[in-house]
Amino acid sequence: MVPIAYYLILAAVLFCIGIAAFLIKRNVITIFMSIELMLNAVNLTFVAFAHMWHQVAGQIFVFFVMVVAAAEAAVGLAIIIALFRVRQTLNVDQINLLKN
Amino acid sequence: MQIALFIIFGLLAVAGALNLLFQRHPINSALSLIVVMMSLAVLYFSLGAEFLAAAQVIVYAGAIMVLFLFVVMLLNAGEEERTHGSKSAYIAGVPGAAAVFCLLSFVFLKNKAALGTTQLGGYLNNAVSNLTDISHSLFTNLLLPFEVTSILILVAILGAVVLARKEL
Repeated sequence: MVPIAYYLILAAVLFCIGIAAFLIKRNVITIFMSIELMLNAVNLTFVAFAHMWHQVAGQIFVFFVMVVAAAEAAVGLAIIIALFRVRQTLNVDQINLLKN
Repeated sequence: MQIALFIIFGLLAVAGALNLLFQRHPINSALSLIVVMMSLAVLYFSLGAEFLAAAQVIVYAGAIMVLFLFVVMLLNAGEEERTHGSKSAYIAGVPGAAAVFCLLSFVFLKNKAALGTTQLGGYLNNAVSNLTDISHSLFTNLLLPFEVTSILILVAILGAVVLARKEL
């Protein structure tokens, strides 16, 4: 018997670590990984609420989030590869063509 | 039983996420993200979402993270260096994330009684499996969104092939 609130707080912890990693990390691949971490945290919230309401709608939402995350990962990593070919770097501080 | 599962795998997930944050090398970050996803799969299982637990292991840990590791090795990504930009991100980002966490956990703890508690293995005690329930509503009520996701996946495949071509 674990309170639902504990699951939600665990999801909040993971989400906030994801935010911090997104802002602190400088490698574009690791930044992309922290987005995946945030998506996972939100998925845990969906599953906990689906459990709370005794319905599968939340689980189906998680299923669609997984599908979209897979598509996003494929396209995003292709963009990273194209970016690396042009700039020869993965550091986001050096990818500043649109700055200034 | 469930509180033990929750504590063990919750702590493992948080430790993996913190390791993702503190490791400098992308390979180490990717491996710690796999730890997070596996522990989340166990938590899904304890919440009665067996299908999602399996999908989490197969899709996230099996497919997406392999793609990540493949790209890290393809691009030969080394350790990241600390720069001036990351200093300002420390100053602004860590208090911001802490503030978001404090707000969320305050709201959740305030409504702890209203949110209720969980039972191990979920809510489906009436002989219908989780997979049957999900597939029933996925292939009847939500058939159109389900089919539209196949178009999304097709577009994503084509986009990945076009973007990763040699001559862009």
